[in-house]
Amino acid sequence: MTSLAHSEQEATATSWFERVGAGNWLIAAALILYPAVASDFFLTQIGGYSLIFGTLALSLMMLAGYGGMVSLAQITVAGVAGYAVAIFGENSSNVLGFGWPWWLVVPWAVLLAAVASALIGWISVRTEGIYTIMITLAIATASFYFAQQNYSIFNGFSGFAGIRAPQFLGVNWRDPLPFYYLCLGVAVVAYAAVLYGARSTFGLTLQATRDNPRRMRAIGYNVTAHKVFAWFLAGIVAGFAGVLLVWFNGRISPGTIGVGPAINVLIIAVIGGMRHPIGPYLGAVVVVLMQTFAIDIVGAERFNTLIGLVFLAIVFFSPDGILGIWAKIKPHLAQKAMRPDG
Amino acid sequence: MSLAEQPKTGIDSAGGISRRQGWGLFWLLVAALLAWLVFATWPAWLNDILISKKAFISAILNGITLAGLYFLVASGFTLVFGLMRNVNLAHGSLFLLGAYLGYAVTQWTGNWLVGVVASFLILAVIGVLMQMIVFRRLEGDDLRQTLVTIGISILAADLMLAVWGGQTYQLETPDWLSGAITLPVITAVRSNGASVFLTYPFYRLVVLAAAIVVGVGLWLMLNRTRVGMMIRAGVDDRAMLSASGVNVHLVFAAVFAIGAGLAGFAGVVGGSALSIAPGEDIRYLLASLVVVIVGGMGSIPGAAIGALLIGLAEQIGLVYFPTYGVVLTFVIMVVTLAIRPQGIMGKSL
Repeated sequence: MTSLAHSEQEATATSWFERVGAGNWLIAAALILYPAVASDFFLTQIGGYSLIFGTLALSLMMLAGYGGMVSLAQITVAGVAGYAVAIFGENSSNVLGFGWPWWLVVPWAVLLAAVASALIGWISVRTEGIYTIMITLAIATASFYFAQQNYSIFNGFSGFAGIRAPQFLGVNWRDPLPFYYLCLGVAVVAYAAVLYGARSTFGLTLQATRDNPRRMRAIGYNVTAHKVFAWFLAGIVAGFAGVLLVWFNGRISPGTIGVGPAINVLIIAVIGGMRHPIGPYLGAVVVVLMQTFAIDIVGAERFNTLIGLVFLAIVFFSPDGILGIWAKIKPHLAQKAMRPDG
Repeated sequence: MSLAEQPKTGIDSAGGISRRQGWGLFWLLVAALLAWLVFATWPAWLNDILISKKAFISAILNGITLAGLYFLVASGFTLVFGLMRNVNLAHGSLFLLGAYLGYAVTQWTGNWLVGVVASFLILAVIGVLMQMIVFRRLEGDDLRQTLVTIGISILAADLMLAVWGGQTYQLETPDWLSGAITLPVITAVRSNGASVFLTYPFYRLVVLAAAIVVGVGLWLMLNRTRVGMMIRAGVDDRAMLSASGVNVHLVFAAVFAIGAGLAGFAGVVGGSALSIAPGEDIRYLLASLVVVIVGGMGSIPGAAIGALLIGLAEQIGLVYFPTYGVVLTFVIMVVTLAIRPQGIMGKSL
């Protein structure tokens, strides 16, 4: 059995990664071949969108799963990158838009996002546990109102429009197929980096800090520095997701970084499960599918009621999300297979 | 205000006066300056800096009365948090629900006061139900409790949208609370020598008075009654309180009832002063969060100080740097967290 069902200390990447190595390859192959069967709509609106939000939720999973810091400000960090792309790159809103080339704008936007994330982390790690969620929510909400009020930098309520994915290497990355592969590439790199990082010295130190900060402090580790660095790394992941998101939408406005989206990211991570980096992507697929198709069932107006109920059910009955349900079912399936009558 | 932070001794007299006397003198000077700002006729240069005396005094008054409203919302939040370590992120939803219910009851009975009382009572019952059905099952799991409140707030926002729609409501205050009163503050002197006095909506002052009454009432309840003693004991050591034979769940339910009821009360009072619409739940949740983070979690005086700071910052920001108003609120929060992570009146973490 995988150690997923057991205590958190054992559920680090090692055993899981080795056992599901084949599974990882299978998923990768399926994702690469997905465009062969998917229409343009499924490619971008479902595939690309899920990968973007999965990556964003992955940045939350890093902080929450390994660092024990549940942040509601991930969309704010992504928003920093998104607004940076709009402000330093090109937009059609006639406000700012310095017109930097994409290869300069993207690293710069991601760096800004990472620094913003580190700052948010520095503010919130001064307190502990449940306070983090309050402080990051306050930061996310205040950022939303600020972006909405301020016209000189953020162009107020309407935000920026006409932001386009660039053309390079002879490929127009705005087209559905290249954009899907771009999202997939970023997601795979981020996913692999998080898996690798979780087993690195830093990752293990961070997990030890999560489990017992006092002991780590006593041993001589600088707990605050480790946590802030984790925020910085999560900021890089969220920053890339932010750049993709603004290319996907073609526009960014305060609504993009509002409280609703901020909570959405948390919902995705919680529904997927925060024990393993695959969780956020599972959650993203489920939520995006629900967003797209549940509207036909419950109607567009009551969609939030449905998502609220699903969220409540997950929190109540399976705190580890879909991954937790899987961990519960898997032993039963294995037992069934071993029985002679099948 | 910050006298509480000072050491109580005050004997270390260095240059004739003690530290305590020094602070007393300082606050006296501040008070004198404020009194002069309020009552004197301003010289021209001051009018130039601060736009006009009318704008300045109005911003201060608006800030203080808004602080009263924020205090009403945040006091329930901080009370629940202090005792149960439960960050109730559905607090804004309780506020909005209270406002809508108050509106409905007021429309139905035609009596505003009935609306206020009904809203307090209904929300108190909802609070008890939430405690009994939801939080008792997740006891000791702070994170899940908080996640559940997020789920509840999403549900509540959507259901309230379904029932009351997207339009803006305005509760009508009764006649005896409406109108403006003239304050003994001269804002300008006309060319013919007549003084122009400042007028201010009476109802906003009533909000402030209500906040003060509630604040003092809460303080008395916490510090002078048996129930308050149990609550304070629960804040310090929940297990010990339970071990000494107190039914902790009953105390929790009572606190949750008061907290939710206050949110409903604030909803009606605030909905009458300003207006109610979808989205207001998040605004007041943010206000409660910041007030409580700045003032210190679980502290009623802290909530009062935090509300005053945030209310003033918001209104002064609105008048003097409109597009950066939120930043001022934000800076206050960050500075507080940097210097005193537990908040101004909070106990050390």
